[in-house]
Amino acid sequence: MSRRPYMRKVERSWWLQHPRYILYMIRELTSLFVGLYCALLAVGLVRLSQGHAAWDGFVAAFSGPLGVVFQLLCLVFTTYHSVTWFALTPKAMPLMVKGEPVPGGVIVGAHYVAWAAVSIAVLIGAGI
Amino acid sequence: MSETITLEVLRYLPETDSEPHFQRYTVPYKDEWVVLDALNHIKDHLDATLSYRWSCHMAVCGSCGMTINNEPKLSCHTFLRDYRGGVIRVEPLDHFPIERDLVIVMDSFMDKLSSVKPYLIPKQDKPLSSGEYLQTPGELNVFHQYTQCINCMLCYAACPQVGLNEDFVGPAALALAHRYNLDSRDGGKAARADVVASNEGIWECTFVGACSQVCPKCVDPAAAIQQTKISASVDWLKDLLTPGAHT
Amino acid sequence: MDVIEIDVAIVGAGGAGLRAAIAVAEADPTLTLALISKVYPMRSHTVAAEGGAAGVIKDNDSLDNHFNDTVSGGDWLCDQDAVELFVNTAPLELLQLEHWGCPWSREANGTVAVRPFGGMKVERTWYAADKTGFHILHTLFQTSLKYPSIRRFDEYYSTDLIVEDGRCTGVVAIEMRSGRMVAFRAKAVVIATGGAGRLFPFTTNGAIKTGDGMAMAYRAGVPLKDMEFMQYHPTGLPGTGILITEGSRGEGGILVNKDGYRYLQDYNLGPPDPWPRKKAMELGPRDRLCQAFWHEQQKGRTIKTPQGDVVHLDIRQLGEKKINERLPMVRELAIAYVGVDPVHEMIPVRPVVHYTMGGIHTDIDTATSLPGLFAAGECACVSINGANRLGSNSLAEIVVFGARAGRGAAAFAKANPKPGAASNAAEAAQARLRELFAREGGPDTVSGLRKAMNDSMESGAGIYRSEDTLLATCGILADLRARYRRLALQDRSNVFNTDLIQTLELGCMLDVAAAMAHSALERKESRGSHQRLEYPKRDDANYLKHSLAAFRGDEPPSIGYRDVVITRSQPAERVYGGAAT
Repeated sequence: MSRRPYMRKVERSWWLQHPRYILYMIRELTSLFVGLYCALLAVGLVRLSQGHAAWDGFVAAFSGPLGVVFQLLCLVFTTYHSVTWFALTPKAMPLMVKGEPVPGGVIVGAHYVAWAAVSIAVLIGAGI
Repeated sequence: MSETITLEVLRYLPETDSEPHFQRYTVPYKDEWVVLDALNHIKDHLDATLSYRWSCHMAVCGSCGMTINNEPKLSCHTFLRDYRGGVIRVEPLDHFPIERDLVIVMDSFMDKLSSVKPYLIPKQDKPLSSGEYLQTPGELNVFHQYTQCINCMLCYAACPQVGLNEDFVGPAALALAHRYNLDSRDGGKAARADVVASNEGIWECTFVGACSQVCPKCVDPAAAIQQTKISASVDWLKDLLTPGAHT
Repeated sequence: MDVIEIDVAIVGAGGAGLRAAIAVAEADPTLTLALISKVYPMRSHTVAAEGGAAGVIKDNDSLDNHFNDTVSGGDWLCDQDAVELFVNTAPLELLQLEHWGCPWSREANGTVAVRPFGGMKVERTWYAADKTGFHILHTLFQTSLKYPSIRRFDEYYSTDLIVEDGRCTGVVAIEMRSGRMVAFRAKAVVIATGGAGRLFPFTTNGAIKTGDGMAMAYRAGVPLKDMEFMQYHPTGLPGTGILITEGSRGEGGILVNKDGYRYLQDYNLGPPDPWPRKKAMELGPRDRLCQAFWHEQQKGRTIKTPQGDVVHLDIRQLGEKKINERLPMVRELAIAYVGVDPVHEMIPVRPVVHYTMGGIHTDIDTATSLPGLFAAGECACVSINGANRLGSNSLAEIVVFGARAGRGAAAFAKANPKPGAASNAAEAAQARLRELFAREGGPDTVSGLRKAMNDSMESGAGIYRSEDTLLATCGILADLRARYRRLALQDRSNVFNTDLIQTLELGCMLDVAAAMAHSALERKESRGSHQRLEYPKRDDANYLKHSLAAFRGDEPPSIGYRDVVITRSQPAERVYGGAAT
């Protein structure tokens, strides 16, 4: 047989070959920080249940420069993660009203409104 | 001396080449030309040994998918005027074996397409004599965009999961399954689930979204897959809570 | 040579071929079947058809109407028994497509919708937006995947029919990926390889429309019928020839010349109503519209562009919403390929070659004169289209006669014994190929000869023909044939050698072109799409007949005639415009 199909290898650096893949990897990386911050909140809940001293110790541990930097990074990355997530929601949940599709912008907008509403509620609850 | 443009084309002749290499050609530049016109010029006037697939020249047959300057595109729908003054690099689609020059081996794609049972499995049988299944324009609208796939495989070339996992069923096949699952006349979702809702099906997808970005027909296979993930999860939950009630 | 034995071989996997394959599989799933195509099925040119498929389903319509529209549209060259069968069967076949999932556009109440189309008294064209051929092809291909007995041989280029003891016993093909030849020994063969638009330089047809199946049957002794009738579609894009569907006129589009004047009213197609009046103006039959363009061109009233003369198709009055809903592909194509958004500007269009009315002579059951050989679709001539095809009859034709061919081939295969021991026929095909590979290079190239053929066909056998132009073309074709016999390959490799395929396709085109030019030379009348400048009138006394071109190797074909089957519609004047409705 004279056929000899040639398969080009996928390099480890495949994600550096095009901006869309780099952006994708950054998005995936941000989930790490979403996960870490969730862990931080979980630890905080446990400390809260263990009384004032434990709670104060927890807050102090994360009030230093490293702790603040970490939380700021988490804020930036979870925001980025949320923004990219919201942008994709119309694809995962298309809505039809009277046989016509609801514009994607409306679905995305609704997520921002909900996010704002929950954030305001939390801030009010926190006494700010 | 009229204007020209340079194409750098991947060549691979399996009977003589140990691996692919690039060859440069200079072709006339014309505003209204597409890359396919340039390739035809090469074949007709410069190098008859260049092999590539094409037919309709109007972005509906899906034959001429290639990687053009690192982007999966239809060569009949890629205009020279967008590359004026530069070099156009033309290669076969990624993630498929290269048969020869710009021609890929697409057997895996054909197999994956068939594996999702991409045909109508009617909810209820209806004799021809009783006429058509009724379907309102609204019902047609629900699945219409997923019918537009021309099987050009640009999405398979763009999807990194296809590149990393050769068993991944892939965007076009999953979008086609979704097309039938959403068709009001169809009742075959459960029959397709074996392949569609498997590890090599929707669950291999991590929503990179490159497929939808490169799709020339705006099919949006990424949306199809995410919607299928939700629907498959709901079905799984239903089965868990009320086993055997759903077939 | 590898030999594959099967009951039925189908060459061509477009609408007709796929429908035939499904018909064989349904007739008897135990029959072995090979579906052989030089491209993957989804690439077949059926995919590019846009406007729709005609079938009578609405209460305001009748089979008689469809029959009369088709027969008069074909300038009475249609075989009326075949047309009767066609109009009766079309609605059922289109309904079958719907049952298989075809996404037909719908009325608000959920029933299938229809739109007006050229030359039709009542609207009966089923449509799927403006991508009907695409949806029909994909529906058929996807449905074919249900049938395990359909064994596909994708990218196999068929070169010769195997004929033994006066019977067609198979087909020889090249497996394109490896270059090896395979002999399919079959009890019955169906050819469904499409038309031959690539004979001409400006065409809506894709690269693959090179008349291969027509040439194979022709060389095997089956006559080609009515080859002089080649349809130009009135609205193709200049340069590329890309099709802009007749549906755009069915929805209300108008054609204007350089003065913004709806010129069709000057050619017995008026009055120029603002709403689309059936069978009038822009909804007249295709041959008349193309002839009107030619006259406008002679009068200097067409618009000059770098890609040639055009007229303007104006659909602005439809509005953006309707265009996006009914003609979305027209909008995409105009924007991409001529930089015009039809919502705001007029589209430049011109007649381009589109459909081959003529083809392999078959009877009403798709059987040819060679026992065991059937043909269906554009490659065949039954004839239901006569001298001019009405738009949307072809998409219906391929499923009606594709199904018939499949059933006919299945029945033949069951009723007949396997072909005898392998003969030399297949070896002869291989020897010819070896000889081609062995030729030394000369001054000619396949693209050079092809261009010369294209130019000659356009100038000599275009919309209007004359004895001089046709004789010149016949002469050039003879010369090209001689040069083709000496043409050497520039690529002698085995793996996916497209230089070889193009060279073989050119051979087919030269044979088909000779049949076309000589048939046109002999028909000394004007009828439908065959217009002779020196014989401007229809001559029923002498030419109410089909032409039959018989292959004679390197000699010009001999042209015979065969009566048209007339049952209930006597030839009359073709009436369009206000007088028609």
